[in-house]
Amino acid sequence: MSNPGRPLSPHLSIYRWPITMVLSILHRMTGVAMSIGLIVLAAWLMQAAAGPEAYLGFTTAMSGVLGRLFLAGWSFAFFFHAANGIRHLAWDTGRGFDKQNASRSAWIVVGFAALATAAFWWVAL
Amino acid sequence: MSLKTPLGRVLGLGSAKEGTDHWWAQRVSAVALVLLGVWFVISLLRLESLTYLDVIRFVGVPLNAILLSLLSLTLAYHSYLGVQVVIEDYVHAPGAKVVSLLLSRFAHALVAIAAVYAILVIGIGS
Repeated sequence: MSNPGRPLSPHLSIYRWPITMVLSILHRMTGVAMSIGLIVLAAWLMQAAAGPEAYLGFTTAMSGVLGRLFLAGWSFAFFFHAANGIRHLAWDTGRGFDKQNASRSAWIVVGFAALATAAFWWVAL
Repeated sequence: MSLKTPLGRVLGLGSAKEGTDHWWAQRVSAVALVLLGVWFVISLLRLESLTYLDVIRFVGVPLNAILLSLLSLTLAYHSYLGVQVVIEDYVHAPGAKVVSLLLSRFAHALVAIAAVYAILVIGIGS
């Protein structure tokens, strides 16, 4: 069956990305990013359980530039994945699946995620 | 040739096996995480600070410890389901696929147990 020389139908790389496509892959990427973040969440709790010195070491590490960058990323990933997850749950009921509504809800999700991330750090800092 | 009726094959979970279970588990844990996530974000913002004493005091409150455990377990479960699909989509070599699925499962179990253990230690200690 294998014939590398055969003509292929156009693949992902040939299309101009519509917003729905961007959100689809972003949902997966933010999910995987938070799976890694889960390790840090568990480490945070483990270091708190281990005592004040261990905990101070953890917070010092996370207060660095790289740590803050990751925390900012994870907070955005959380708000984005949550909002887009609700969008998926709405689709599961059969609602909002047409082209116009899917694009509109996509932009709402992006707007919400950006605003919520900004608001979160505004209140937190 | 099978003598089973189409209905019998469907009831016996046909070739799709457990796809529907996986899909449902992902949705149910997603709904739980929306609620637990809102609670966690509000709790973080209401914390005086993220210093040792403030965090210990927060986790020491029984309701917080319970919800935090529930959040950790549900996160690990939802994350496991998601990562499983990602591996199945992108890792095709049979050996690498089985090994990465196994490692993902072990890692998620480890993280879940570690989080709950830490919460218990803090809760009992305070």
